[in-house]
Amino acid sequence: MSEVLVLVDHVDGAVRKPTLELLALAKKLGEPSAVFIGGADKAGEAAEKLKAFGAEKVYVVDDTEIKGYLVAPKAEALQQLAAKVEPAAILIVSSYEGKEIAGRLAIKLESGLITDAVDLADDGTTTQSVFAGNFTVQAKVTKGTPIITVKPNSATPDETAGAGTVEEFAATISDGAKTAQIVASQPRKASGRPELTEAAIVVSGGRGTGGNFEPIEGLADALGAAVGASRAAVDSGWMPHSFQVGQTGKTVSPQLYVANGISGAIQHRAGMQTSKTIVAVNKDEEAPIFELVDFGVVGDLHAVLPAATEQIEAKKG
Amino acid sequence: MNIVVCVKYVPDATADRRFESDNTVDRVGVDGLLSELDEYAVEQALQLKEKAEDPSSVTVTALCVGPEKALDAVRKALQMGADEGVHVSDEAIAGSDYVATSLVLAKAVEKVGAEKGQIDLVMCGMASTDASGSVVPAMLAERLGLPQVTFASVVESQGDQVRIKRDGDTATEVVGGTMPLVMSVTDQTGEARYPSFKGIMAAKKKPLETYALSDIGVDAGDVGLSVAWSEVSETNERPPRTAGEIVKDEDGSGAEALTGFLASKKFI
Ligand SMILES: Cc1cc2nc3c(=O)[nH]c(=O)nc-3n(C[C@H](O)[C@H](O)[C@H](O)COP(=O)(O)OP(=O)(O)OC[C@H]3O[C@@H](n4cnc5c(N)ncnc54)[C@H](O)[C@@H]3O)c2cc1C
Ligand SMILES: Nc1ncnc2c1ncn2[C@@H]1O[C@H](COP(=O)(O)O)[C@@H](O)[C@H]1O
Repeated sequence: MSEVLVLVDHVDGAVRKPTLELLALAKKLGEPSAVFIGGADKAGEAAEKLKAFGAEKVYVVDDTEIKGYLVAPKAEALQQLAAKVEPAAILIVSSYEGKEIAGRLAIKLESGLITDAVDLADDGTTTQSVFAGNFTVQAKVTKGTPIITVKPNSATPDETAGAGTVEEFAATISDGAKTAQIVASQPRKASGRPELTEAAIVVSGGRGTGGNFEPIEGLADALGAAVGASRAAVDSGWMPHSFQVGQTGKTVSPQLYVANGISGAIQHRAGMQTSKTIVAVNKDEEAPIFELVDFGVVGDLHAVLPAATEQIEAKKG
Repeated sequence: MNIVVCVKYVPDATADRRFESDNTVDRVGVDGLLSELDEYAVEQALQLKEKAEDPSSVTVTALCVGPEKALDAVRKALQMGADEGVHVSDEAIAGSDYVATSLVLAKAVEKVGAEKGQIDLVMCGMASTDASGSVVPAMLAERLGLPQVTFASVVESQGDQVRIKRDGDTATEVVGGTMPLVMSVTDQTGEARYPSFKGIMAAKKKPLETYALSDIGVDAGDVGLSVAWSEVSETNERPPRTAGEIVKDEDGSGAEALTGFLASKKFI
């Protein structure tokens, strides 16, 4: 069976969950081989985890020489590795960086590219959700090595160990790839709440919060949820951009999405429409968000949410 | 300095977007417009021009690859303040994937460069609002052999040095590069201007060129639906969500109903 390369998304060796999802999907197409581009001293820790979730091989590309540069060197490294192992497919997480690596790689390998897949079938057919989630599309790469970027939360990690054989791979990076330099990097502060794109429940607030997110955060904590925001709330400076849900923010697809003081503009829907259950609290009964909901409350979020939070806390005892 | 801004003509997101029978995006039957996310790229290009020591030495060229109607996108960019427009239009391009689109864009950028001198900056939006691939800028950088500074939420430049802020999933980075380069900007860069009446009138007199594939040296056999490197086999409209239960909050009844619903679905 041929190998399927999975580019590992990690922070200093800590493998992020979407990569584990990719390993599970890769098993459908062949033998998962993780590609770890990072510090050689962190590779051991990453390899353990990758092995536990099914990696048959873990290629380690030491990034000492390239970690200060954006995207291009990683695409070169993958190109060289792909030339060697001739994989059945290459799977990459749909992040800014992931998509850009995929884009460059597609040109280099003269291969077709599919972005933002939410599912993958045994024959390589992908499912995408397009036009703000109004359509689903089935597509397949027809030329070269299929390069597929997959959205977080598209599969369940499968904790069935693989062989996890570690193999060093020395890539030769051209000077041309070392031109966009990362001159400073500030890691995002942990919120103490679940990661927005990984959370089973998301509680969001919009302009209707009037800038007071306490009721949103209160309900989120009672439900063990992540906090999200509309662009109006972000543009007003009430929440950082990393909380934004929608076309130009994060796409979430949780079991439960609770939209509060959010009207439901198409660009917001684009980021949450595929949630399993949708609930909204809005004081305007005409708000378009109510077209999407499984359950809606027409009312003032400043009254409804704190009361609901109290009742939930009481139920939990 | 020469700036090329890539602007895409897309179906209006607030209209009923749909697909053709061959599974390509319906770009003719649905009202289209300049992709809103590309307005931010036009805005940043214009700001770079305005901030330059000698703004008249900076030329901003709006470039669009798309069907006849896509000329509207170029016009809008000209109305906002771009100096010149280039529209690449050719029957053969219809149904092109990212790979082919980026080829046509790259060749068009080279042609503009051949006419005007070195292109210092290729500006793009963070994503097109229809395909939302966010891959064309990186592909352009790859094809043109240029550095990419992409997903900028803040843009700064001094001479040929560029610095941007980029908000990734796990960190915010400052990325620097030397022109010539490819840049893409997000909607965090700040409101895009509306065309003024004066701008709309002025746009009518601005140079506007239309290229066919043969003008930019692209073989018609290398683009279009039939040679796309990926194939869409099916497009299905999502079934509408079944209407949910909506209650009015009266004297606290809303909270109770909400808690009841969440409990019934086992979220509590
Ligand atoms: C290119 C582009 C990209 C975009 N990307 C995004 C994106 O990624 N994410 C996004 O969210 N938006 C995005 N937008 C913006 C989007 O179009 C809307 O403007 C935005 O989602 C509106 O946010 P909102 O619902 O919070 O505000 P509004 O539309 O102003 O709605 C506020 C709602 O709160 C209700 N309300 C007010 N007070 C209360 C109260 N006390 N209790 C209960 N309800 C109350 C009101 O009835 C109203 O329905 C984008 C727009 C464009 C053009
Ligand atoms: N057909 C096109 N014409 C001009 N610019 C385009 C075209 N397609 C993509 N672009 C540019 O590339 C960016 C990203 O597009 P995409 O990769 O399709 O999401 C857009 O914001 C545009 O700046």
